[in-house]
Amino acid sequence: MKTLKSIISTLLAATALLATQMSRAADVIAAAPAAAAAEQPLNWHAIIMFIVFVGITLGITYWAAKRTKTATDFYAAGRGITGLQNGLAIAGDYMSAASFLGIAALVYFNGFFGLIFSVGWLVGWPIILFLIAERLRNLGKFTYADVASFRLKQGPVRTMAAIGSLIVVIWYLIGQAVGAGQLLHTLVPQISYRESIVIVGGLIIIYVTFGGMKATTWVQIIKAGLLLGGATLIALGVMAHEGFSFEKLFSDAVAAHPKHMEIMKSVVRIGSHSNPIESISLGLTLMFGTAGLPHILMRFFTVTDAKAARKSVLYGTCFIGYFYILTFIIGFGAIVLVANNPQYVVDVTKNVLNLKGGGSMPAVYLAHAIGGDLFLGFIAAVAFATILAVVSGLTLAGASALSHDIYANVIMKGKSTEAQEVWVSKLCVVGLGILAILLGIAFEKQNVAYIVALTFSIAACANFPILVLSVFWRGLTTRGAVLGGYTGIFGSIGLLIIGPTVWTKVLGMGPAIFPYDFPTFVVLPAVLIVSYVASVTDNSESAKQERALFDAQKVRSETGLGAEAAASH
Amino acid sequence: MSSPLASKIQNNPKYHQLVQQRDALAWSLSAIVCVIYFGFILMIAFAPGFLTQPISPTSVIPVGMLIGVGVIVASCLLTAVYVSRANGTFDPLTQEIIEEASK
Repeated sequence: MKTLKSIISTLLAATALLATQMSRAADVIAAAPAAAAAEQPLNWHAIIMFIVFVGITLGITYWAAKRTKTATDFYAAGRGITGLQNGLAIAGDYMSAASFLGIAALVYFNGFFGLIFSVGWLVGWPIILFLIAERLRNLGKFTYADVASFRLKQGPVRTMAAIGSLIVVIWYLIGQAVGAGQLLHTLVPQISYRESIVIVGGLIIIYVTFGGMKATTWVQIIKAGLLLGGATLIALGVMAHEGFSFEKLFSDAVAAHPKHMEIMKSVVRIGSHSNPIESISLGLTLMFGTAGLPHILMRFFTVTDAKAARKSVLYGTCFIGYFYILTFIIGFGAIVLVANNPQYVVDVTKNVLNLKGGGSMPAVYLAHAIGGDLFLGFIAAVAFATILAVVSGLTLAGASALSHDIYANVIMKGKSTEAQEVWVSKLCVVGLGILAILLGIAFEKQNVAYIVALTFSIAACANFPILVLSVFWRGLTTRGAVLGGYTGIFGSIGLLIIGPTVWTKVLGMGPAIFPYDFPTFVVLPAVLIVSYVASVTDNSESAKQERALFDAQKVRSETGLGAEAAASH
Repeated sequence: MSSPLASKIQNNPKYHQLVQQRDALAWSLSAIVCVIYFGFILMIAFAPGFLTQPISPTSVIPVGMLIGVGVIVASCLLTAVYVSRANGTFDPLTQEIIEEASK
């Protein structure tokens, strides 16, 4: 504990030092007006709020570290999280800076089209509630692989599930790290892209290694409160400006946007063509991908029982739905208040939408247009908090796949002690944190547009169907689960590589062999067919046993009898 | 998992009633969400004209915007339906089943 205290005080001192250094940098920059960064003065409000947030979350980490003794504490916050707390944490885990700034930006450029994404990101949640949440809590311990392998062979099924989880987690981390670096650097130009990523990576390692799931949960809860509060304030500001009339908001937006009425008719991205198969495939990917994200599924092991798991999805769905409706108002508000404004637009005479600092800035500038520097600083700090919360959840999910599934159950075959497992997990957190920093730096100039498609496709085509089959279908055997799971993982990756985003845009190999960005409409049915055929043709002795174990699994999954209990302390 | 307890539960008709009722509710609500959502997606794909018409001659707001927000609200309401049904019916039934089995 003493070491933790000294690490935290060192970090606080380092943050203070960084702040003074930046003020000095600001002086230097002010003295040299030719410097590029001098266009933007140092964003003091944002930095002070960053530091306050970091201070509070490190305090929580210290508190959580003292209460994190067992593996259950570390991975699942002692299973003591209530439904409402978990609902907020779910919202905090799921609503990324990309969805906040990204959907607002999508609306800002395309109008109505942004809403289609908002809807798609939300509809997975009811499915999680109806089919997965309670059964996951009743059957699992720390990872979704616990559930998928409940009555199947531990080694092969867990390996497959861990590979699926890790690919999703690592690519999701790269996306978050690149976004974090770009965002922080844009908001506070005095912090470089690399420094931003190192700060985020360093903080995450501290939160998760010392505070485990308890610290992660509270970082996510605070972030959800800040993000929901901040987005509400921006939306209220927009509506106040528009006399609380949606009709006026939308007609002002139509008048302000260079495409005018087209923004109310954009069922596809403005400038692209409607493609029914692509739309359906995107829909499948968003819906079932949400229900297969390892860091989301992991949240259901933190609650006291199935009832709390169920309630937490209701709260989470309502928070997330409310938030997406706000982002829609924010996007239209940005068309009215940010577009055409020379303060934010690069060159109003050329393109009234093209913003300084890039395409993710509409929501940020809208905050400035509404509440000045102070509010801009607050929203910048909220975006920072958002990144930290999502990355913490991802890192913990990745570490648990490595330590709980691969190390404890595949390599050690369940013979390692809890203390060893947690120790390995902490090492993995440090490793994943460093990996995220390195990959974030390596991918700075790369086109990472395929990351959403990649992560959500694997989640939708491997994690989700295998989980549902193992819980609901007696016939699933190890062979079916493993072959089906790998079909989902490698089918998604393969078709994405030969698809338009990677083949044409990233690799520059000319027209794509597979013409769709989202392969789910092909891969998901293939996974179901492979799992089915491989299971029903499996006449081995072990397959018979696995089917026979289904009844006992069903009793536990339906009644919660024998489910992991909440920690007593 | 104590196997005698599990087999006792499996022989209790209330358990089968629980599983049947909950599965029926869960799968039909899932189907409703899918129909609503993919209905929306298919309209985008095949009937964009319906979605993009304004809600009234004097308004700029398209029908599709109300439908989109409606899908979000419906998702929240359907989760609420499931939770209230589970709290009111399934939890007491589960409790009974476990108590009867541990007698």
